[in-house]
Amino acid sequence: MNTTAKIEIRNVRKSFGDKLVLDDVSLQVGAHDVVSLIGASGSGKSTLLRCINLLEPIDDGSIHLDGVDISEPGLDPDPVRRRIGMVFQSYNLFPHMTVLRNITLGPTRVLRQSKASATTAAIELLGRFGLADKANAYPDQLSGGQQQRVAIVRALAMQPELMLLDEVTAALDPVLVGEVLNVIRDMRGQGMTMILATHEMGFAREISDLVCFLKDGVILEAAPPAKLFTAPDRPETADFLQRVIASGRL
Amino acid sequence: MTNNDEGAGIVSAPSRVPGQPTRRELWLRRQRRKAAIIAVVSTVATFGGLAWLITSSSGWPKVKTIFFNAERFKEDFPEILGYLWVDVKLFLQTAPFILLWGLVIALCRNTRNPVLFPLRAFAAVYTDFFRGVPIILTIYLVGFGIPKLGLLEGDFHFLGFGGNWTSPYLWGPIALVLAYSAYVAEVFRSGIEGVHESQRAGARSLGLSHTQTMRHVIIPQAARRVVPPLMNDLLSLQKDVALLSVLGIIEVFRRATSIKDLTGNFTPLVAAAVIFLALTIPETRLVDWYTNRQRRRTGGSQVG
Repeated sequence: MNTTAKIEIRNVRKSFGDKLVLDDVSLQVGAHDVVSLIGASGSGKSTLLRCINLLEPIDDGSIHLDGVDISEPGLDPDPVRRRIGMVFQSYNLFPHMTVLRNITLGPTRVLRQSKASATTAAIELLGRFGLADKANAYPDQLSGGQQQRVAIVRALAMQPELMLLDEVTAALDPVLVGEVLNVIRDMRGQGMTMILATHEMGFAREISDLVCFLKDGVILEAAPPAKLFTAPDRPETADFLQRVIASGRL
Repeated sequence: MTNNDEGAGIVSAPSRVPGQPTRRELWLRRQRRKAAIIAVVSTVATFGGLAWLITSSSGWPKVKTIFFNAERFKEDFPEILGYLWVDVKLFLQTAPFILLWGLVIALCRNTRNPVLFPLRAFAAVYTDFFRGVPIILTIYLVGFGIPKLGLLEGDFHFLGFGGNWTSPYLWGPIALVLAYSAYVAEVFRSGIEGVHESQRAGARSLGLSHTQTMRHVIIPQAARRVVPPLMNDLLSLQKDVALLSVLGIIEVFRRATSIKDLTGNFTPLVAAAVIFLALTIPETRLVDWYTNRQRRRTGGSQVG
């Protein structure tokens, strides 16, 4: 067993009522690795991410962060969550707070940073992603792409060791997708460990070290992008990619 | 492909004379004028008809002297108006306690810790009970019942109202607070539950605790949502303070009935209605204005 994995998912099972959404899922992600989860809607990609962040309890199996089981029942999820950043498809920014306050809320309340140092760090991050002039704007004054970049900055401000990106471009106008993907490229350049659920096949191919194809709650195939996108082992993967190509998205 | 985009394929519309309305604009204007005329005619016909129906009824002359007696109105109105302050004062005294106690009940109902289950159960029973009992019964039971227990004696001083511990000016407002806070608690609770689950996920994913999430993310957003329904409840409260008259508190309604009992003429009650309307209509407009503004502000920015 590889003990150097940043996050290791072992035989995770999860159902909602009678519906099995994750069926014996195992996955290892090394530090600084980028792993993409692809597959049709409802294949379990989002649920897997939510389970890693302990937003959903798992029914069986275990999840290890730096070798420590974080899925242990009764474990306080808050210290784990502050080490794992998560970005959602619908941004989930707090509409009653300015961009700056959205970003500094976690660092000041959870990490107990001073307001001044949290603000300085937030301004710096905003500047890095071209949002310096938006610090005092409210989320609904921003475009979707800007909102999603703020959401990423909000997660980054907690200095997470792992980022979970749940279809972060799926709600965006096509012309705004690029600016968000650039942010993710930037994070990869900084060595961030990431797991992303995505429908952007071209991007998954470009950015990932490993691509996992999910179908009906099972990781059917996991391979480096060069292999998975050109010569997949499983006919289901080939079929999925074929349909994506037919819809013009690859 | 040949370059043929110099106006090809564009069907030219009838040329538009600058400064002149188009055919469509003229048609729309005519439609709007027609609608306005129909509305006026139909309103006049409806209310004119009703007025004719009422005034031509056989009992109308009698009703007019008993309910709409101009002389009695002139004489009684200022006298009754003098008691308006009592209603306003009762409202101002009860409203803050209703909001506070309602919020406490709502927060009790929202607790998740199993240790606090008794609080949750209490809040659930409380809201069921006071929403299920007619307010006037609550007022009777609290206003007459509790003083009869004889647990408290002597005098009290209470935000401008002083008097005996058995005074209806103490137990009447308390009864209103008990009953109304149940409604207000439900408003708060639906406000809290109305904040989308994704906000909770966003906050918890940052490592914020349940309490921090409630305090910084959920409650501030819930507070905005609950203002219009709360204003509605307070509007009802402004009218329902008149119910305290059953305990012997002399206010607008009570004074009007006592004049009616003396003179045998119902005009003072009409005067009381006019006074309440003068108070509540501006409040209603304010609620509507605020609700509309709120809807406009949040309308265009919903993210799916």
